[in-house]
Amino acid sequence: MMETSFDSLRITGVKINYFFICKRKLWLFDRGIQMEQESERVLLGKLLDEYSYPRKKRRRVTIDDLIAIDLVEGDTVREVKYSKVFEKASIMQIGYYLFYLKGLGINKKGIISYPRLRKSKEVVLTDEMISELKEAMKGIEEVLTMPSPPVAEKKPYCRKCAYFEFCFG
Amino acid sequence: MQSYYLLCSGTLKRNENTLLVEKSDGEKKVIPIENIDSIHVFGQMNFNKELLVFLAREGKPLHIYNYYGNYSGTFLPRDKNVSGELLVRQVEHYLDPQKRFFLALAFVEGAMFHAKRNLREYSGTEPFIQKIEEELDKAYSATSIAELMGCEGRAKEIYYQAFNLFLKEEFYFEKREKRPPSNPVNALISFGNSLIYTTILSECYRTQLNPTISYLHEPRERRFSLCLDLAEIFKPLIADPLVFRLINTGLITKDDFDQDLNGCYLNDRGKEKFLKAFDQKLKTTIKHRRLKRKVSYRTILRLECYKLIRHLLGDEVYAPFKAWW
Ligand code: SF4
Repeated sequence: MMETSFDSLRITGVKINYFFICKRKLWLFDRGIQMEQESERVLLGKLLDEYSYPRKKRRRVTIDDLIAIDLVEGDTVREVKYSKVFEKASIMQIGYYLFYLKGLGINKKGIISYPRLRKSKEVVLTDEMISELKEAMKGIEEVLTMPSPPVAEKKPYCRKCAYFEFCFG
Repeated sequence: MQSYYLLCSGTLKRNENTLLVEKSDGEKKVIPIENIDSIHVFGQMNFNKELLVFLAREGKPLHIYNYYGNYSGTFLPRDKNVSGELLVRQVEHYLDPQKRFFLALAFVEGAMFHAKRNLREYSGTEPFIQKIEEELDKAYSATSIAELMGCEGRAKEIYYQAFNLFLKEEFYFEKREKRPPSNPVNALISFGNSLIYTTILSECYRTQLNPTISYLHEPRERRFSLCLDLAEIFKPLIADPLVFRLINTGLITKDDFDQDLNGCYLNDRGKEKFLKAFDQKLKTTIKHRRLKRKVSYRTILRLECYKLIRHLLGDEVYAPFKAWW
C-alpha cells in the first residue's frame, strides 16, 4: 500500500505539469478560468497530437479520470510534447503517471516524444522522483486551497502563455 | 477575428465550415468561421436552425437589431466557459453592499473620466466639466446605489447639454431622449450605445464572467446588465467621439436619417457609414502600457473583463479603464 492517497487529492497530470510551470496558472485552471485556445501554438499541439502516431494502436488512455496518457505500448507509456521548453514539467507529469500506475501494481517506463524535434527522452521512476512527486502533490494542495490566485510574477515565458493578457493586461 | 455587420437582406447559412451570405440581389459572400468574432444582423435575413447549431458549436454570438437599428436580442450559444468559483464571487460582490458600491462607483468614475475627456477637446466646456466634477464628488460620498445613480444621471445630463457648444448647428440637441430618439443626435448616440453593448457582450462571452450579474445597474434591469455596467466606461470613449466626428466632418448629414411617428432613425446609408467608422475604431490599436504590446480597442474591452475577473478573484483591485493618451 502506498501512503499517498491519490483519490482524495484528485490531482491530474495536467496539474502536476502546471505546478512546475506556474502556480498561478495551476490555480486559475483549477477554478475554471481558462483562456481561449486561439494561439497557433495550441493548434500545432492539437495537430501534433492527431497526426504524430496514427499507426500506433492504443492511444489516449484515461485512468480514473485522473490521468490521460497519450500512448500506451508494451511496457512504456508515451507523452507527446511540442517543445522542450518545459521539459522538467513534462518529466514530472509522466513520472506522476508512472507513480500512479505503480500504485495500481503496474510497472512501466516512460518516454517523452518530441516529434517535431525528432527526439525522445526516457523517464524512469526513481525513489528521488517519487519523493519529489510527493512534495509536488503537497504543494499543489497548498496552492489550490489559496482563496486567491498566487500573484502574477513575470517569467521569461509569460509572453507566450495563454494567460499573458489575463495576468498583465 | 472581427464582427460582421449585415445590413443587406437575403439568406445567411452554413456552408461547410464557413458562413454564406446570399444577398437578395444574388451576390454571394463567404465568411470563414474562424474570422468571426460575432455577427450583427441589421437587414432582413433568413436563417435556419442548422446555422444556429453551427454558431453554437463554434461559440459565435449573433446579435439582432430591429428595423430601426435598435438592439432586439442575441443568440448567445450555450456557455462554454463556466467557472463556478467566479460565479459565486460575482454574486458575493453583488450581495455585499460595500463591495457592490465599490464596483458601481468605479464604473461611474470611468464613464465620467471619458465624458470630461471628450468635453476637454472643445473650448467653452469648462463650466460643464466643473459641474460634472461636482456630481462626481457627490458620488464618492453617496451612501447607496440609488444615490450614486442619481449623481451619474445628473452628470450625464450636464455632459449632453455641452454638446451644442461644438456640434454643427443643424444638429441642435435639446436633451437626451432614448425611447424613441427624437432627433439625429439622439439617434446616433443610441445606435452607438447599442453597438458598444453588444460588442462588450461578445467579449464578455469569451470569458467566464456571467453577464447577468451586475453592480451599477440592477441585475433585473436588462438580461445582460453587466454589459450595461461596462458599457458606461466605453460609450464616451468609443461611441461618442465617433458621433462628434461623423457630424462635424459632414460625413453624416440630415439625409442619413428617417423621421417617422416612431422617432428619428438612421437609414441604411447612415447605418452603413456609422458601422464602418465604428468597425475601424474597434480595430484601431493603442500601445498598452503594461503589456507593452499594441492592442485594439476591442482587446481593451476584453482586458476590462479580465480586470474585473481579477478583482472578483481577489487578485488585483479593479480600477476602470482610463484613456491615458
Ligand atoms: S502569464 Fe506568466 S504568471 Fe500568468 S499564468 Fe502564464 S506563466 Fe503564469
